[in-house]
Amino acid sequence: MARTPTKGRKDGPLLDIRNLRIEATVYPPGEQPRNVVLVDDVSLKLERGKVLGLIGESGAGKSTIGLSSMGFGRGGVRITGGEILLNGRDIRKGNTGDVRRLRGKEVCYVAQSAAAAFNPAHKLMDQVVEASVEHRVSSRAEAEKRAVEFFRKLSLPSPETIGDRYPHQVSGGQLQRVMTAMALCSEPDLIVFDEPTTALDVTTQIDVLAAIKEAIRDTHVAALYITHDLAVVAQVSDEIMVLRHGKLVEWGGTQQIIKEPRQEYTNALVSVHHIEHQEHAPGNKPLLSVKNVTASYGNSAIKVLKDVSVDIYPGQTLAVVGESGSGKSTLARAITGLLPPESGSVAFEDRTLANRLADRPRADLRELQMIYQMADVAMNPRQTVATIIGRPLEFYFKMRGRERDQRVAELLEKIEMGKGFADRYPAELSGGQKQRVCIARALAAKPKLIICDEVTSALDPLVANGILKLLLGLQKEEDVAYLFITHDLATVKSIADSIAVMYRGEVVRYGPKSQVLSPPFDDYTDLLLRSVPEMEIGWLEKAIQGRKMVGAGN
Amino acid sequence: MSFRSIPIGAAIGLLLTFLFLAAAIFAPWLAPFGKAQIVGDVWAPMSSTHWLGTDNIGRDLLSRIIFGARTTIFIAVLATMLSFTLGAVLGFTAAVVGGWFDMVMSRLVDLLMAIPTLIFGLVVLSVLPTTIVTLILVMGILDSTRVYRLARAVAVDINVMDFVEAARLRGEGTVWVIFREILPNALSPLISELGLRFIYAVLFLSALSFLGLGVQPPEADWGGMVKENKDGIVFGIGAALIPAAAIAALAISVNLVADWVLNRTTSLKGGRG
Repeated sequence: MARTPTKGRKDGPLLDIRNLRIEATVYPPGEQPRNVVLVDDVSLKLERGKVLGLIGESGAGKSTIGLSSMGFGRGGVRITGGEILLNGRDIRKGNTGDVRRLRGKEVCYVAQSAAAAFNPAHKLMDQVVEASVEHRVSSRAEAEKRAVEFFRKLSLPSPETIGDRYPHQVSGGQLQRVMTAMALCSEPDLIVFDEPTTALDVTTQIDVLAAIKEAIRDTHVAALYITHDLAVVAQVSDEIMVLRHGKLVEWGGTQQIIKEPRQEYTNALVSVHHIEHQEHAPGNKPLLSVKNVTASYGNSAIKVLKDVSVDIYPGQTLAVVGESGSGKSTLARAITGLLPPESGSVAFEDRTLANRLADRPRADLRELQMIYQMADVAMNPRQTVATIIGRPLEFYFKMRGRERDQRVAELLEKIEMGKGFADRYPAELSGGQKQRVCIARALAAKPKLIICDEVTSALDPLVANGILKLLLGLQKEEDVAYLFITHDLATVKSIADSIAVMYRGEVVRYGPKSQVLSPPFDDYTDLLLRSVPEMEIGWLEKAIQGRKMVGAGN
Repeated sequence: MSFRSIPIGAAIGLLLTFLFLAAAIFAPWLAPFGKAQIVGDVWAPMSSTHWLGTDNIGRDLLSRIIFGARTTIFIAVLATMLSFTLGAVLGFTAAVVGGWFDMVMSRLVDLLMAIPTLIFGLVVLSVLPTTIVTLILVMGILDSTRVYRLARAVAVDINVMDFVEAARLRGEGTVWVIFREILPNALSPLISELGLRFIYAVLFLSALSFLGLGVQPPEADWGGMVKENKDGIVFGIGAALIPAAAIAALAISVNLVADWVLNRTTSLKGGRG
């Protein structure tokens, strides 16, 4: 895969963006449409074969800058100022044909969700070699040969034949690696990685990360690596650029950014995970007790829960951890009655809950609320915040009119959102605000237990941190217990009182937090713990070497 | 919302629709002559007394168009309303309730749809007495099968969203789920379908009248008027084209309005954007 340096290379940086300015028109409620500046006066330089990490929360303009290097503005976004010099020529001055020759040949793109980026109707190989053949980089046979080599390098299973599969026939982590192979296949000078591991499990992320890092090293391709996870970007980048609200905050070497950040905001990003939480000892009587529950989908064809028993004590948090497919969410569905268990029982305050949701009295439903991972789809987009939060009040407490509005205002206060939000629609809220409204909806029912299903995994670290603090604060105030489902061990450390580790439908480790998180570990807990990215250069290699097993999603 | 924000196409559509509706409502006051009154020669040309000329037996064409608007729009509106209420409610219920109800309803609808609408309508109407009520019922029920299929397909997708699950976990009943969770989210495709279905109702009624099974003479109705005057075309007399043009104009203007309403209901920000 050694590249011949004869492709008409010029000296100087590969990508040189100068004073980039990107704008879009927004239509705020009740106001005239106005222009917003998404990226303001950002300049960057990228040498051949180097990796620059772009980091910041949502809306920082990371992806917008990344895509601008291909001359592309997503959804009505306009590049209005500055120069984008790629290989020494300004791509903004080129016409459509020039841009078309550039995309997929000189610059390639790896999207966040490979599952959504692949066309489900075509085989993987057809899509991987498409750009090479289209741009006449090489013949189809050669491109396929190269693709297979990349498959092997990215340690995909059976590299010779995986190209014959369709996107739905490989796992998420594998698909992400196929997408990386697709970007590498046309031998570009630059690859834009747009959050390539964010949608993956921690145990899978580590493999994909290692594969990407190795591929970059071996092919000497330059890369822009976009992510909101500083620990991840520290593993692959030479330099890191911190962005906020479309402006440059700090730009420096990886070591400097993570060890000696000069700006306060960078410091906040570096130290985001620390929440002090004193573990409570389990009480005498559990609030909710799950006993030997077995559940399955499709007429007991596939058992997703095998003999699971856990207890949750009043006012405490039980964290359920595990990778996708370990049965965490199914446990929540069994407890709520959405998926009636085949055997075993769920007891709530001494009484046994009916297996089926339809058979449970309203009081039982009220005391057990749920918060979802995707706040976007957990709220009816056609209802205002006031209706969303007000409905449980009407439904369970028969509150009407003024009384209800008053209570809605109180709840909005509790979730640290002002009055102005009551009349808004979910589409007018940010990700963090949406999740807060969902929390308020759950709280409105005055529950004794809230099931939180990956409530922070779709959010930026700083926003997620805010949500976790809010949840902990509310737990103290309202004395509510949480069943916290997550795959992120850092989150678990900061909020849990006891932990249940799940693997393939079974609880493999269960107990108070301090006990579960102290050695000796079983292999799976060890893998989970090792897979949590640490803000340290060289962590990735150490973690890969030290682990005793490989994640199920690999 | 200000009037200035209405796009030009929608404004034209609104104006024309409004004119047709006004003509339908105020027909007796607007029409210069009675609908069955013979006032002139057969197929007289356009003149100052008869703006659109006269028809095959010498009735004033403009007056008949105005009275025709009344019958045509009245029947089409009621039939469309019936088909939408019936189709949407049954379709949503089938999607939400599922099981045997869904099975029975869907097969029943398949059965009805297997027979071509016009032929089915012809058979039913030739057996039953042709009154306006039977016309509306036949048209409404036949058309509701199409609405049912659309409503069910849309609702099945919405029914699996997390917010519907959240409502179920809260303990909400089927009625709340259908009307408060699903209906507002299914409105966009339904409204776009509404514009189309209304026009199909007008055309269907016109086709029935043309075949002699719809609105009975001397009642004026646009489809029937095309039929009455069709022989004139052979002699180069365009009287049949005028009610035909009225049907086309109504079709276009209603769809312009429907498209505009559709654009507004698609907004997830309450149309404030």
